[in-house]
Amino acid sequence: MLRNWRDLPWVSLLVLAALVMIAILAPWIAPHDPEEQSLLARLDPPGWMAGGDWSYPLGTDGLGRDVLSNILFGLRVSLLAGFVAVAISVVIGGVAGLVAGYRSDGWFDTVAMRLVDIQLALPAVLIALAVLAITGRGLWKVIAVIGVVGWAQYARLVRSSVLSERQQDYVIAAMLAGASGPRIVFRHLLPNVLGPLLVQISVDIPRAVELEASLSFLGLGVAVTTPSLGLRVAQGYQYLFSGAWWASVLPGVALVILVLSENLIGDWVRDALDPRARGRRRRRRRVLSAGVPYTVPKVRAG
Amino acid sequence: MTRFIGKRILQAVFSVWVVVTLVFVLIHATGNPIAILAPETMSAADKAQLAASLGLDRPFWVQYGRYLGGVLHGDLGLSYYSAQPAMGLILQRIPVTAELVVLAIAIATVFGLPFGIFSAVWPNGVTDRLLRGISVLGSSVPTFFLGILLIFAFSVELHVLPASGAGSIGHYIMPAFTLAFFRIALFTRLTRTSLLDTLSLNYVRTARAKGLSEPVVVLKHALRTAMLPLITVFGLQFGQLFAGAVITETIFALPGMNRLALESLYRLDYPVVLSYVIIVAAMFAAINLLIDLLYGVFDPRVAHAG
Repeated sequence: MLRNWRDLPWVSLLVLAALVMIAILAPWIAPHDPEEQSLLARLDPPGWMAGGDWSYPLGTDGLGRDVLSNILFGLRVSLLAGFVAVAISVVIGGVAGLVAGYRSDGWFDTVAMRLVDIQLALPAVLIALAVLAITGRGLWKVIAVIGVVGWAQYARLVRSSVLSERQQDYVIAAMLAGASGPRIVFRHLLPNVLGPLLVQISVDIPRAVELEASLSFLGLGVAVTTPSLGLRVAQGYQYLFSGAWWASVLPGVALVILVLSENLIGDWVRDALDPRARGRRRRRRRVLSAGVPYTVPKVRAG
Repeated sequence: MTRFIGKRILQAVFSVWVVVTLVFVLIHATGNPIAILAPETMSAADKAQLAASLGLDRPFWVQYGRYLGGVLHGDLGLSYYSAQPAMGLILQRIPVTAELVVLAIAIATVFGLPFGIFSAVWPNGVTDRLLRGISVLGSSVPTFFLGILLIFAFSVELHVLPASGAGSIGHYIMPAFTLAFFRIALFTRLTRTSLLDTLSLNYVRTARAKGLSEPVVVLKHALRTAMLPLITVFGLQFGQLFAGAVITETIFALPGMNRLALESLYRLDYPVVLSYVIIVAAMFAAINLLIDLLYGVFDPRVAHAG
């Protein structure tokens, strides 16, 4: 898969690594406590602007909170939401898909696939909104909801991979050699599903980050005090009309940089691992595949 | 053909039923609308009476049975909040959402399709790279943030477009563009991929060998086949936009059905929420059916047997 180390998306990887470092080190490098309010320093402009003060490098919001510190801590929330939520989706969907594919004639397969159909028929935002409106807000609740809502793609993906791999000679050989069910699934089937799985994961991580930000923006995500980038954009929004753009726009810019770097890495993963995309890149002649695209464009919060 | 449609409609009804049941169970598992509806000063007896008048004092199964019975008769209950038929409230708001979605899809197609064709005809050229860069950026800017940037630029700074409300076409320009932005990227990318696939096929080479001009080959012969996978995505996007415009409608304060659903969620107005869920689920089912049927129109090889 790796033909040349130069093919790696270096810039995106470096940006993402830097953002991860910043998020980890946030408690030590942030100039202020992100929740600390100062009535004397409400809506201070960023340091370089007229009236700005370098003790608040990116200015303050309507409650006098330091924008920079909130961005640093907000990155923590975003990264946590992205990675943990997708991990939850992978575990739930992966296990369901493995079992359903391995026993594709059983009742579990029927029930699971019906559920997948229903789940994919409704926008993820909507389900997440409905659940959160009922359970109330909170960081871990949001992450759990995003994770659970994302299971369907993985269940379908893993199931179809297992179904096609199951017919291969090496699996039949393993069965004949008397290998147990779990051994076949984990030793033989799972490694072969990894490629498409990685592609889906790389697409889903930025999506989960965005979903957390969107839910928090709508006021149904994290608690009001939690420094989530989406929530800070929403809270700064009302001051936009009085010209104090920094409280809303700067957290949004941080979010875009994070999602952009993750998307670019995701693009690269897809090109590197998806044999169809690779062929496309080299302009090789291929058979028409008039089906769905490799990674099905999923619901996006609009 | 008739059997195929019948089977799909049955499947759709089943899906809607499961969704309604899930939402119903979820709602009743946690929330208590009386706590929200009744003023705090209301006496316990009055609260009990209010609950009784809304049927909320009955056992869960009775409430569920009654609700399903009502749904079958087209009665989805009255809104707790405004005491009007819940379904009617949602239906009233559909035109605003529909205008927004149609406009957004139109914008996305008008830009995305030519961009995609351009990229596929001259792959890896300057335009292609530029468009690919823009499309990655397009899929990285969250909808709510794009909306805010647009408001800041066109309403706060330039004063050319209204920031909120509905009424004139001007009110729809920014929301529609906000919704369309990500789809322009999506459509460009998909058109490019699909058309590139098709352009390498034998029949396209035959068409070229016959001496047809390049525009005819691309636009008449190749594009038709290349449209096939696109129909699915365009169709699905239509449904997703319809039900996914929550954020856009909220930012621009457009009185569409998604915003009503969100507001109803906030105030635990369950009849309205459930009506919304039913409409959305039914719409998705209808769109999926339509996509399957369109496949047959664009590709005669796809026969709908059994």
